[in-house]
Amino acid sequence: MRSIAIIILLAIVAVGIGVALMAIPFGVAKTQVGDHYTESGIGDTGASNIVTSVVVGYRAFDTLGEITILFVAAMGLGAVLAGGRKLGQRRDVEPASLILRTGCRFLFPLLLLFGAYIFIHGHLTPGGGFQGGAVIASAFLLVYLSCPGRRVSKVWSQTTESLGALTFVVLGLVGLTVGGHYYLSSFMPHGVVNELFSAGIIPVIYVAIGLKVGSDLTGIIDGMMEETI
Amino acid sequence: MSFLQDYVYYIGAFGLVLIGLFIILSRRNLIKVIIGLSILDTGINLFLISVGYISKGTAPIFSKPGLVAEDMVDPVPQALVLTSIVIGVAVLALALALAMRLHKLHGTLDLRKIGELKW
Repeated sequence: MRSIAIIILLAIVAVGIGVALMAIPFGVAKTQVGDHYTESGIGDTGASNIVTSVVVGYRAFDTLGEITILFVAAMGLGAVLAGGRKLGQRRDVEPASLILRTGCRFLFPLLLLFGAYIFIHGHLTPGGGFQGGAVIASAFLLVYLSCPGRRVSKVWSQTTESLGALTFVVLGLVGLTVGGHYYLSSFMPHGVVNELFSAGIIPVIYVAIGLKVGSDLTGIIDGMMEETI
Repeated sequence: MSFLQDYVYYIGAFGLVLIGLFIILSRRNLIKVIIGLSILDTGINLFLISVGYISKGTAPIFSKPGLVAEDMVDPVPQALVLTSIVIGVAVLALALALAMRLHKLHGTLDLRKIGELKW
């Protein structure tokens, strides 16, 4: 009975979606704003990666809301998990294998470097603050897996996170007063396109986002690992 | 054949959405429901990206000379999917945390035994 109901429901959803999709042609330009961004993105923001110029240039205020969502999720996870914890009670966990421990020792600095590379070059190559932050969090996940019982320092991760968020907000306010008439307007020189020091405030904001996302995701991993050990 | 060529990305993306929806509705293990949620999320992200595709378009990055803006795909859906992925991660983490608390409270992840969540 239940499965029949599910299949009928799915069929209704599928037919509805199919009818709607017939009206959307594939492979043709649909928005004019996209054309505008690709044509004048370099002139407006100086970033050669147009997706970056949309994320931290045209729609940077939206991105501020986005990292707030991530922060609230990490905080909520901590609040939900903190309730049922008994202090001092810790199961003995099996130490990780030699391969994992040795591999972690080699890979940890390389992963940090790679994450930093991704978010520093966010305005030139594919990638950016969110992707680089995820790579950095994966480096810490590797540490958590290979050395059970080892913790990231709360003080350092919270300091990094607060610094990232503060840089973002303060740069936006400076842009509001110095640069122009809107929040997060670019007040630094754009420089030469496709060089590392170009695109105004975009690389600075992306480094801040990378640090914040990295410490947020590490906090999520920390909260979950703490529950299992 | 032409129909399939034109719509293969849409079909794939909404195939994933339907699979995710089916898992959410039919499974009784909470972890599997969360996996279904994640698959649904992936399908919607793929759909948004394929909406922004322009035939024979390149990535919207001026990484080398000779690239012109007319050849590039739409950057707006890609930027929005970046937002969508981050929110997906946040939802997933929160859902897993709630599942862990429920497991601690009831000793099981089976929705039939938890009772309060049965539909």
